[in-house]
Amino acid sequence: MPKSSSVKAPAEPGRLSVRKTYKLYIGGAFPRSESGRTYLVDGDNVALASRKDARDAVLAARAAQPKWAGATAYNRGQVLYRIAEMMEARRAEFTALGVRSSELSAAVDRWVWYAGWSDKIAQVAGGANPVAGPFFNISAPEPTGVVAVVAPPSLLGLVSVIAPAIVTGNTVVVLAAGPQVAITLAEVLATSDVPGGVVNLLTGRYAETAPWLASHDDVNAIDLTGVDHPDVAIELERAAAGTLKRVIRPVTGGVDFTADPGLRPMTALLETKTVWHPKGY
Amino acid sequence: MFEYAPAPESRSVVDIAGSYGLFIDGAFDGGKDGNVFKTVNPATEEVLAEVAAAGPEDVDRAVAAARRAFGPWSALPGAERAKYLFRIARIIQERSRELAVLESLDNGKPIKESRDVDLPLVAAHFFYYAGWADKLAYAGFGPDPRPIGVTGQVIPWNFPLLMLAWKIAPALATGNTVVLKPAETTPLSALFFADVCRQAELPPGVVNIVTGAGDTGAYLVQHPDVNKVAFTGSTEVGREIARAVAGTGKRLTLELGGKAANIVFDDAPIDQAVEGIVNGIFFNQGHVCCAGSRLLVQESVADELLASLKRRMATLRVGDPLDKNTDIGAINSAAQLTRITELSEIGASEGAERWSPECTLPDRGFWFAPTIFTGVTQAHRIAREEIFGPVLSVLTFRTPEEAVAKANNTPYGLSAGIWTEKGSRILAVADKLRAGVVWANTFNKFDPASPFGGYKESGYGREGGRHGLEAYLA
Repeated sequence: MPKSSSVKAPAEPGRLSVRKTYKLYIGGAFPRSESGRTYLVDGDNVALASRKDARDAVLAARAAQPKWAGATAYNRGQVLYRIAEMMEARRAEFTALGVRSSELSAAVDRWVWYAGWSDKIAQVAGGANPVAGPFFNISAPEPTGVVAVVAPPSLLGLVSVIAPAIVTGNTVVVLAAGPQVAITLAEVLATSDVPGGVVNLLTGRYAETAPWLASHDDVNAIDLTGVDHPDVAIELERAAAGTLKRVIRPVTGGVDFTADPGLRPMTALLETKTVWHPKGY
Repeated sequence: MFEYAPAPESRSVVDIAGSYGLFIDGAFDGGKDGNVFKTVNPATEEVLAEVAAAGPEDVDRAVAAARRAFGPWSALPGAERAKYLFRIARIIQERSRELAVLESLDNGKPIKESRDVDLPLVAAHFFYYAGWADKLAYAGFGPDPRPIGVTGQVIPWNFPLLMLAWKIAPALATGNTVVLKPAETTPLSALFFADVCRQAELPPGVVNIVTGAGDTGAYLVQHPDVNKVAFTGSTEVGREIARAVAGTGKRLTLELGGKAANIVFDDAPIDQAVEGIVNGIFFNQGHVCCAGSRLLVQESVADELLASLKRRMATLRVGDPLDKNTDIGAINSAAQLTRITELSEIGASEGAERWSPECTLPDRGFWFAPTIFTGVTQAHRIAREEIFGPVLSVLTFRTPEEAVAKANNTPYGLSAGIWTEKGSRILAVADKLRAGVVWANTFNKFDPASPFGGYKESGYGREGGRHGLEAYLA
């Protein structure tokens, strides 16, 4: 059961504890919602993200995307591994928010798993094509760009939707459920050499903000894994059709995040680029 | 320019019947409500045949036939499915001259292209995917990849038989069954393909062909018993389909429009680049989604290149698609000619400079002279909208960064071209272009082993190669 920050800070006789303010995570900074709104979650006043916050987050994600995609795969892998290190170091903080130890371990291990994929996925998903002519012809995966994510509530679910998107060079705008856990993860990301804007986390009600992301002209894909209302999922998929976004649909009955994720969470957010060049003296 | 004597390909190799029905469950029949439409030769406006227009009940029957066939077809060992596809590939090779002439008659494309590009690629595509049918477990989509079910496929008129091959070959290799709707202006080669299926003794219902217009296609993609939709066509219709399948759980791949940049740097070999530019925009009358319709030329060589391009364009032969010397055939339909004409007029009215070589166009049929616009800016509609005709918009740039920025300044992302002798520049620019296919020092090359498909609003999914299997596997 998640506890409020007022409860989780260890009591010390004669000293008033310092509480944490849960804010948004946009462009590497922790701003309040521009709307000034908050909502109460387990005793904490949490920032309630607005349409404008979502659009600001898209700007930050777009600005960060070329450089993140242009970093070497080795470098991105090291950054993801660093996230695992920082998360491991903050276990107590997640545990205090009610995350079970086994789930926490699985979440840390998932970062490590995806860290290793950064410099391997291109060989698995791409390669030389044996065309019938004197041509060099090669296909390689590239990130699709900016990805909006409606995240599932659990920490393992949250990590399992962010990691496959960013490991290949996408940047994300995440509408997080479980706001204290999500913002604690943002604090991990902020101290893990993840460039600002690569991951942007918004807390609040996805039904309010997701439609703006689904119809946003500068968002390339939308992951609806965390959408728990079928009608909302349909509306979002329809809105996404306006700019032909890539859509990851919610799975009926939910995703078993403890299972091997396979390649699809990564490949669904990759484009294949094929380059031809003639051969000759 | 030399005078050429006419060198017409004989149309006697193809026997077109007066009317055609739908191909459902292995047999041809007229549509339920008896509606028909005419398909014309766009080079002469002669009616080639009357074709049944499939209504909802006809599509229902076709989908039901595909559903019945799905169980046994998907249960066949892959090696056996492969042999059907190999048979189809061989029959296409054997009948390629007939099918090439048919395609040129119904579509208007030069026989040189239908004979040397379309038909060889059609056969090769079936041959390629035939080989995958018993090797799917090695394709990297899990140890036990399964077919999806009944696929509804809607294809365009620019490469009728080739687009059919791109859709049907991977669908069948993976164990799915097919209901395909060809474009209303080019239905004939799909109906001849139905006969190829019969010759190959493909089990009834595995491939069904329903002819008709947009409403037939809309009904097909929205049919509740279709599990996977594959569409090639305009971005606008692609959006409608994406909206229509939302919430149905149907799998969807879309290959849509483009506005490709063909970038010529100052060190490019001018003669080769000019050939590439001509091929990029005038191949198939410019009715190519990946056409190099925006020429980006480095300012320092723009004058020299344009002079050379104009000289080359003056030698293009526009006319009878069945003449073996013809470079540019007929525009596919009156409607498409209207769109090309309108956008070209807008180009001129917005201030771009229009140029075409002197060329005599036939009196009957739908024709448009090869055209270039110079002085085009990124704001011009002819630089932003897909014209889908033999019309090239020329823009200039000074630095590679500017070229990349202009190339990517479009909601489309299907293809791009790069012309330079500098290898490192090719690789750097290719990396930065947001396009699914990049041709460097070449253009408009296709191969069944080479994945094809777009970024951004040019659609999603890939056709061709190992990648092309994914859309048809659960």
